[in-house]
Amino acid sequence: MSPNRDDLPERARAYWRANLRLIAVLLSIWAAVSYGAGIVFVEQLNRLSIGGLPLGFWVAQQGSIYVFVVLVLIYALRMQQLDRKHGFEE
Amino acid sequence: MTPLETCLGSASLLAAGWSTLTWTYVFVTVTFSAYLYIGWSSRVKETEGFYVAGHGVPPMANGAATAADWMSAASFLSMAGLISFMGYDGSVYLMGWTGGYVLLTLLLAPYLRKFGKYTVPDFVGERYYSETARVIAAFCAIFISMTYVAGQMRGVGIVFSRFLEVPVWHGVVVGMVVVGLFAVLGGMKGITWTQVVQFGVLIVAFLIPAVALSCKLTGNPVPQLGMVFSDIGPKLNALQADLGFAEYTEPFSAGGRSMLDVVCFTFALMVGTAGLPHVIVRFYTTKSVRAARWSGFWALIFISLLYTTAPALAMFARTNLLQTLHGAEVSSIERLDAADGENGLAIYTLTTAGDAADPDSPGRPIEWVDSWQRTGMIRFNDANGDGVIDMTNTDGAFAEAVIDRDIIVLATPEIARLAPWVVALVATGGLAAALSTAAGLMLVISSSIAHDLYFHFFDRTASEAKRVAVGRWAIVAAIGVAGYFGVNPPGFVAQVVAFAFGLAAASFFPIILLGVFDKRTNREGATAGMLVGLIFTASYIAAARADKIFGVAEPWLDDRAWGVSAEGIGAIGCLLNLVITLVVSRMTPAPPERVQRLVESVRVPAGSHDPDAHFDESDAAHD
Repeated sequence: MSPNRDDLPERARAYWRANLRLIAVLLSIWAAVSYGAGIVFVEQLNRLSIGGLPLGFWVAQQGSIYVFVVLVLIYALRMQQLDRKHGFEE
Repeated sequence: MTPLETCLGSASLLAAGWSTLTWTYVFVTVTFSAYLYIGWSSRVKETEGFYVAGHGVPPMANGAATAADWMSAASFLSMAGLISFMGYDGSVYLMGWTGGYVLLTLLLAPYLRKFGKYTVPDFVGERYYSETARVIAAFCAIFISMTYVAGQMRGVGIVFSRFLEVPVWHGVVVGMVVVGLFAVLGGMKGITWTQVVQFGVLIVAFLIPAVALSCKLTGNPVPQLGMVFSDIGPKLNALQADLGFAEYTEPFSAGGRSMLDVVCFTFALMVGTAGLPHVIVRFYTTKSVRAARWSGFWALIFISLLYTTAPALAMFARTNLLQTLHGAEVSSIERLDAADGENGLAIYTLTTAGDAADPDSPGRPIEWVDSWQRTGMIRFNDANGDGVIDMTNTDGAFAEAVIDRDIIVLATPEIARLAPWVVALVATGGLAAALSTAAGLMLVISSSIAHDLYFHFFDRTASEAKRVAVGRWAIVAAIGVAGYFGVNPPGFVAQVVAFAFGLAAASFFPIILLGVFDKRTNREGATAGMLVGLIFTASYIAAARADKIFGVAEPWLDDRAWGVSAEGIGAIGCLLNLVITLVVSRMTPAPPERVQRLVESVRVPAGSHDPDAHFDESDAAHD
C-alpha cells in the first residue's frame, strides 16, 4: 500500500507534524473570526458597515459561517495533498 | 404586480386552490411513504450495516445525512424565531452550531473514522482501556440522546396538532411508527438514506418561504443578500427604537447577554456540537478517512444553507410581525371558556392599522392570528381598552401581546400571506427535521444499549443476528420512551437541551480530543476529567435552573450574577475537564504500549478500511 514500509514511523511523524501545523493555522483563523471579530471586537467593527448592516453584526451572523466553510474546504484539500506527499493515500 | 410577484416571476406562490389542510395531508403522505419505502429497501442483517451502514456511504450523501441528523426541530422550527427575539445575541446559535463543525472535522472525525468501530463509547472504552470509562460514556450518550429526543417528538406533535388538526398524541404516535419502521428495518443504512431525502425536504421547505419573504421585503430573491443590500436593517432598528426596544443589531445591550456570556455560550455550543454522539457517529459511516473529511465539508455546506438563511428570515419575520401587529385594530373579542370556567382564552379578531406600513391593503383582516390563538401560542390583551394592540416594550416584553417564539417559522408564511401549499410545505419540513434527528438519536440509544452495554457486559458471544435483534428491540424501547415524553413533555424540555450540550461539551469532547492528540493521557486522567467536568456542569445547570427542574420557587444560584449563564457553563466544564485530564495523567502511569500504538495508528489514514488490524477488541477486556 505505501511506498516503503520500513520508514513508516518516520513518515508518520512528519505527516503528523504537518497536520498539526495546518490545524493550528486554521483554528487560529477560526478563533479570530468568531470570537475576535464576531464577539470581542464586534463593537469596534460595528462602526463600519456592509450594505445596510453594521459589519460586526454581519460577521457574527453571516461572515463567520462563510469563513468556517472555507476553512474546512482548505483542510480537506490540503490533507489530501499531505496524504499523497507522505505516502498515506487510501 | 406586487414586488413579490415580480420577483418570483409568477403568481403561483400566492394562488388559491386547495386548503392548507389538504396540502399538508398530501405532502405528509407522500414524504412519509418515501421514508418508509427507503427504510424497507435498505433493510439489513449484519451488525456493521445496522450501526455504520457498512462503512459505504459516499461523502456528499453522508454530508446531507449529517445535516438532516443535526438540524432538528429546534434548528428548523425554533431557531429563526429565537434569533428574531434575540437580535445580535442570536449569533451564539449561528456561530456555535456551525463553528462546531470546524472542530469536528479538524479534530475528531478523521481519527474516529480511522479507529472505525461502531460507537463513541467504543472509542472511549478502548482508548482508555477501561470498561468503567465505556459505561460512563454509554450512559452519557443515552442521557444526552434521550433529552434531545423528547424535544423532537414534541415538535412532531405540535406540527401535527396545528396543521392536521388532530390531537398532539395522534401526531406523536404516527411519528413514532414512521421513525420506528425505517430505523428498525434499515438500521444506520436505512436511516442514512432516509435522512438524505429528509434533508432535501427540510431545506426546500425552509428556503421557499425565506426567498418569498426576501422578495417581498427587500426585492432581492437571495435572503443572505437581501438582508445586507436593502434598507431592512436600518428599518428594523428604527422600528425597534420606536417601540422602546434596543436596536436589533446592537450587541451586549441592557437586558441582553454580557460579552463573557456570549463567548462562553458560543464555545459551549461549538464544543457540544462536536461532542454530540449522534453527530460523531455519522462520520463512522464513510468509506475512508479522506471521505470523512469531505463528509465534514459537505455537512457544513448543507448546514450553512439553513444557518445563513435563518438570520435573514429572523429579521424579515421580526419586521413583518411588528409592522402587522403594532397598532392593529381589535374588531371583536370572543371568549372561550376553559373547562373549569376560568381563565378561558380570549380570541381577538384583528385588522391591520391601515397606515403606511402596508399600503397594499389597509384595514385587512389578520387571519393567521386566529388559529394560533386557539393553540394558546399567541395571546393578546388589550389592557388599556383602546381597541388597538400596543407592541411597545414593557419590562422587556410586548405591552399587549405574548408570542411564543417557536411559532415564528411556522407562522411566517401565513403572516406574509403565502399560498397554502407553502404553509403546508413548511409543516412537512418541520416534520422531516424532527424525524431525521429522532432517528439518528434512536440509533445512538440503541447502539449504546445493545452494543456497549448488552454485548460487552452480558453476552460477548452473541451472534450477528442476535446483536442486530437486540439493537432492534432497543430502538423499539427507545421509541416508546421518546413517545411518552412527546405526549407528556416534562415542563423543562428547553432547559434540558442546555443540559445535553453542556454535558456533551464537558464529557466527550475533551477526552476524545486528548485521546488522539495527547498520547500520554491515560485512564486515570480521562476518568477523573470526565467525572469532574460532568458533575461540575450538571450541578451548575441544576442549581441555576432549579425552579424549572425541581419545581422550587427560586433557583439556588443566580447564573446571570455569576457572569456565565447555565447555557454557557459547558465551556467552563470543558476547560476544567481538559486541565484535570492533563494533570492527573501526568501524575499517574503512562498508558500501556498497545494503547500508544493505537493512538499512533489513528493519526494516519491508510488502512482505515481494516479497523481490527491494529487493535484486538479482547485487549479491552483485560482491564
